[in-house]
Amino acid sequence: MSILLILFCILSAITLLTAFLTVFSKNPIHSAIYLVICFFSVAGHYLLLNAQFLAIVHVIVYSGAIMILFLFTIMLMNLNKENEVHKPRITRLGAIVSFCLICFVLILIFINSKPIADGSYDVTGEDYQSIKVLGKVLLNEYMVPFEYASILLLVAMIGAVLLSKKEKLEK
Amino acid sequence: MNNILNQIGIENYIFLCVILFCIGVFGVLYRRNAIIVFMSIEIMLNAVNLLFVAFSTYHQDAQGQVFVFFSMAVAAAEVAVGLAILVSIFRNSGTIDVANLKNLKG
Repeated sequence: MSILLILFCILSAITLLTAFLTVFSKNPIHSAIYLVICFFSVAGHYLLLNAQFLAIVHVIVYSGAIMILFLFTIMLMNLNKENEVHKPRITRLGAIVSFCLICFVLILIFINSKPIADGSYDVTGEDYQSIKVLGKVLLNEYMVPFEYASILLLVAMIGAVLLSKKEKLEK
Repeated sequence: MNNILNQIGIENYIFLCVILFCIGVFGVLYRRNAIIVFMSIEIMLNAVNLLFVAFSTYHQDAQGQVFVFFSMAVAAAEVAVGLAILVSIFRNSGTIDVANLKNLKG
């Protein structure tokens, strides 16, 4: 067992455990903290796959921006009390059964499908995931979607401001 | 160059991402708090992103990683707008329990 495989197993265990705890913990703030740990372990997976730039961007965007948004919303709504009513028991049972079924079916599909890797995996040694190459691909082939993404972010910002603005009282 | 997928194998990444995605689906079905539902959606998006990066490494092609950037941009926009909607729902009805939002009229 190589050291990389051990690292992968530890990171996967952290990811799955914290994802489960995010769903199960009663206090929303605890959920948010567990989600931060989950995001950090996913960034560790990216580092393991040698995608350094993506790992940095993931930490900045998810663990930074999105989690701050979540925590601020939880604080604004004053939700940090554990008074959530559970769904009816039949619905919870249905959720658990459907979770097991989806897992079962998807994993069986991937086990029984044609093997995508036949053991030998040749490495050309070509550089394909440094910032230099990514920037060239992003600004040559994906120039138009890149600009559309900026428009999308602008529209989302305007929409969020408009939505959270207080409505004026009607006469 | 000692590649990571020689030692770990793409199958392990596929199984990890499938289970992570299913946890997200489970969270959407199981909880009533709308914020936790949002977090589960983020977990699902992360599972798909991780699979994108794994296959980008497998094919040794940068386009998968570029796609993850766009997916992250869409996720950030989605969270901003969604949380603004949640705040205005909370302001109007005083709760974010998804079971109490039955009075939406089409």
